[in-house]
Amino acid sequence: MGRHTPLYSQHARLGARIVPFGGWDMPLHYGSQIEEHHAVRRAAGMFDVSHMRPVDIEGEDAQSFLRRLLANDVAKLQSPGKALYSCMLNPAGGVVDDLIVYARGPNRYRLVVNAGTADKDIAWMREHAQGAALDIRPRDDLAMIAVQGPEARARTEPLLPEDLRAAAMQLQPFFGAEGAHWFVGRTGYTGEDGFEIMLPAEQAPELWQALIDAGVQPCGLGARDTLRLEAGMNLYGQDMDDEIGPLESGLAWTLAWEPADRDFIGREALTKLRQDPERRVFVGLLLTGRGVIRNHQKVLVEGREVGEITSGGFSPTLERSIALARVAPGIGDTCEVEIRGKPVAARLVKPPFVRNGKIRIDL
Amino acid sequence: MSDLPSELRYTKTHEWVKDNGDGTLTVGITDHAQEALGDIVFVEAPEAGRALDAEEACAVVESVKAASDIYSPLAGEVIEANATLTDTPDAINTSPYGDGWIFRIAPADMSALDALLDAAAYEKVVEDEA
Repeated sequence: MGRHTPLYSQHARLGARIVPFGGWDMPLHYGSQIEEHHAVRRAAGMFDVSHMRPVDIEGEDAQSFLRRLLANDVAKLQSPGKALYSCMLNPAGGVVDDLIVYARGPNRYRLVVNAGTADKDIAWMREHAQGAALDIRPRDDLAMIAVQGPEARARTEPLLPEDLRAAAMQLQPFFGAEGAHWFVGRTGYTGEDGFEIMLPAEQAPELWQALIDAGVQPCGLGARDTLRLEAGMNLYGQDMDDEIGPLESGLAWTLAWEPADRDFIGREALTKLRQDPERRVFVGLLLTGRGVIRNHQKVLVEGREVGEITSGGFSPTLERSIALARVAPGIGDTCEVEIRGKPVAARLVKPPFVRNGKIRIDL
Repeated sequence: MSDLPSELRYTKTHEWVKDNGDGTLTVGITDHAQEALGDIVFVEAPEAGRALDAEEACAVVESVKAASDIYSPLAGEVIEANATLTDTPDAINTSPYGDGWIFRIAPADMSALDALLDAAAYEKVVEDEA
């Protein structure tokens, strides 16, 4: 049995199908994954993401520490509340984890890391923080609910504490605001507008129920995966991992090369790989033949293996199968995916597939 | 508890079989199976005329989660596949014993039907898996 979030009994009462995920027992769906997916694209859905771990890093060395620890540069966070997506790399240029970091004030940051990697991440941070004047505090006392969709913010607004409501509603995308006990980010993992709300664990069931009463659809990990895939967002452990770094997983945009003298962990290895003309590229695929692409299937061109599917599945919005794949450079515009021994035609496309409810590729 | 019509026969691999009374059988997957698979988004059914062995993998049902093989409950020849599943694969979710049927087969030996599970025996298979 895995760990239970503060909302576990809510999931059980709603009849969720529970599956193990990153050491936790989490809802896969509450009936229909596809209906949950559409609720987020068309109105509002919510996810219990309390298995993810907020980690507060504070102290006079906090900024200089994070500028070495993270491949993106927290010095970009000039305005209070601004958020940044970054990889945390190992010296070989592989990804220890991907995370979001919010600036809360001078030398005050909150990172949110993945569930399955949280313990590894915190050990990694502590190892690299030795001797630095800062405090690393995992916030196991917080629950997290992501409310996502075009109507998410409006339906959440009346449920926010008064000390936070106005500030939360004025947030620009990729900013966060906080009150005495709650933290709200205008962030997410679905390609839709919405909030991610961190709050004291004991208050989470009440907010969850109030969101249900406001017509927000509970959604499980299944819909979370198809939504993020349509949005072209990476999943740690699938699209990148300790061995495969950001340059080969479509995350080059998250690397802050300037200033040139910022010596982040992994920089040297990535500098070499960056100049390698044989470096694999990360692409989106739309299956033009029949079937469903799955993780680890082979990508072929004229029968020759040129790469691998890292995330494949069925897109409920497109009603087609889509995928993210890592392939050799310069393979052209079409390929095949080997599905149960048979090559099925596919086309290379540029993710995202879907953003803000709109299809963003040619079908 | 999922729906288990008593007039049907079943397999350990979660197919149901209906005797059409005209020398043909209709095959689909059980309510329990569709529920476990989740939303079904693609079906690859066998072509008419294909000869099947008993327990041969002959169709694939893909849900949002994963692909699952469908096995022929008994030996015979495929008469017809359910063409409507191409456009509405979710009929397997909404009507597993009706519109969600997968294929019809003319069995080589109709008496082999008696060796399949009845509803009570299948229910026990499901309970033992849980």
